[in-house]
Amino acid sequence: MEHSGSATAANSRLGKPLVELKGVNKHFGELHVLKDIDLTVRRGEVLVVIGPSGSGKSTLCRAINRLETIDDGTIHIDGQLLPEEGKGLAQLRADVGMVFQSFNLFAHKTVLQNVMLGPIKARGLKTAAAKEEAMGLLDRVGVANQSHKMPAQLSGGQQQRVAIARALAMRPKVMLFDEPTSALDPEMINEVLDVMVQLASEGMTMVVVTHEMGFARKAAHRVVFMDDGLIVEEAEPEKFFTDPTSERAQDFLSKILTH
Amino acid sequence: MDSVIEALPKFWDGFTTTLFLAVVSGVLSLVFGTILATFRVSPLKSLRIVGATLVEIGRNTPLTLVFIFFVFILPSMGYILPLGRVPAIIALTVYTSAFVCEAVRSGINSVNVGQAEAARAIGLGSNQTLSLVVLPQALRTVVPPLINVLIALTKNTSVAAGFAVVELTATGRGLARDYPPDVIWMLLGVAFFYLVITIPSGTLAGYIERKVVFSR
Ligand SMILES: Nc1ncnc2c1ncn2[C@@H]1O[C@H](COP(=O)(O)OP(=O)(O)OP(=O)(O)O)[C@@H](O)[C@H]1O
Ligand SMILES: [Mg+2]
Repeated sequence: MEHSGSATAANSRLGKPLVELKGVNKHFGELHVLKDIDLTVRRGEVLVVIGPSGSGKSTLCRAINRLETIDDGTIHIDGQLLPEEGKGLAQLRADVGMVFQSFNLFAHKTVLQNVMLGPIKARGLKTAAAKEEAMGLLDRVGVANQSHKMPAQLSGGQQQRVAIARALAMRPKVMLFDEPTSALDPEMINEVLDVMVQLASEGMTMVVVTHEMGFARKAAHRVVFMDDGLIVEEAEPEKFFTDPTSERAQDFLSKILTH
Repeated sequence: MDSVIEALPKFWDGFTTTLFLAVVSGVLSLVFGTILATFRVSPLKSLRIVGATLVEIGRNTPLTLVFIFFVFILPSMGYILPLGRVPAIIALTVYTSAFVCEAVRSGINSVNVGQAEAARAIGLGSNQTLSLVVLPQALRTVVPPLINVLIALTKNTSVAAGFAVVELTATGRGLARDYPPDVIWMLLGVAFFYLVITIPSGTLAGYIERKVVFSR
């Protein structure tokens, strides 16, 4: 079920719910970080999450693969309730790719080993098969010629593309991106966004926390605006950026647009 | 001075016994200490409590008391151990494991949490996360403190002299008794043989440190 061309036209062609959050609440001590969140991401959908600092975007993203526990509510991935711990949770995480703001490549392993580790250890792939697939993915994100370097020897943009390849190597059903370009020097942002746009056009289901409006306009089906732990507004990208309904979204956009 | 030459065979026996105690207890302590450290960072609370309790006991009990426990108290309770090296190795291991554990644990804590999160995010279980991603990186920061622990262990083997093990210190004491005019030389001989173990350890530490801390 691939989509192409305008995001709007593709909306009707999206598949069944893949990620479903119902009544999700999360506190950090006294702080209520996620407030009764209901959110559904359908197969093939690209969802952009946007909002001011501290609004709970990262927490939302991390709750989806249970790097953050939740207080109540339910999270289903592909119809399956997110297990609380153990093997079941590890298996489910293998199906959910995650890309971090700070890359988090394994510092003691080469680029190639970074991409091969999950398939070999979590999926039980043979080394040769894992290597072939890893090289294919590194080629796809444009860093195949760096495969034997250590992560610290790469630029930020290259590291983040390796991190995307590492996540893709697990053949995930959905990819989570938490501000994947905000730790990058400006000249490297586009090389990462290009890979993400490509991925979106191939039909990957994606949840992307980002303030990159260009990406949202080009690739997203829907924008969710969060403020203070609440989903305040949901809209198609064009509508959200040109004509936001809520005052809070208008306020937020006026701030990031004047920069 | 000649008497030192004369006593060389005895020094050698003492030296090999000390080396044996240090190496065997050292290896066992590295193994058990690392296992204890994984207990201390386990997601299971019961394991964390067991780990913390054992560490506090090992770390806060004087080594002589640990020896007394394994050489006298345990046998008096009916658990007979062969005399000599075995209880000494057990006592040294129990004591040193606690320090190894704390060194490894601080190494684990020095690894950025993002590394473990990335490992879990690709579907590795908590044991795999620890053994494949966190521990290999922890070892880098852990080498210098671990070598200090092992050097302390080498010196601590001298406590065994009080418990029927004729290692370097006991040998030195005997020789000092046999050659009263040369007490100083005998003690210097003992010190020399300890240095033969500890100085190369320090050098090795420096080498390993340079070798493993190549990137980050
Ligand atoms: N581990 C934690 N312990 C305590 N408070 C936390 C923790 N992680 C996040 N918070 C708090 O929870 C709130 C939401 O954090 P979150 O990281 O989800 O926000 P965000 O929308 O991603 O912000 P940013 O744009 O700055 O990344 C913030 O007030 C933050 O300080
Ligand atoms: Mg954030």
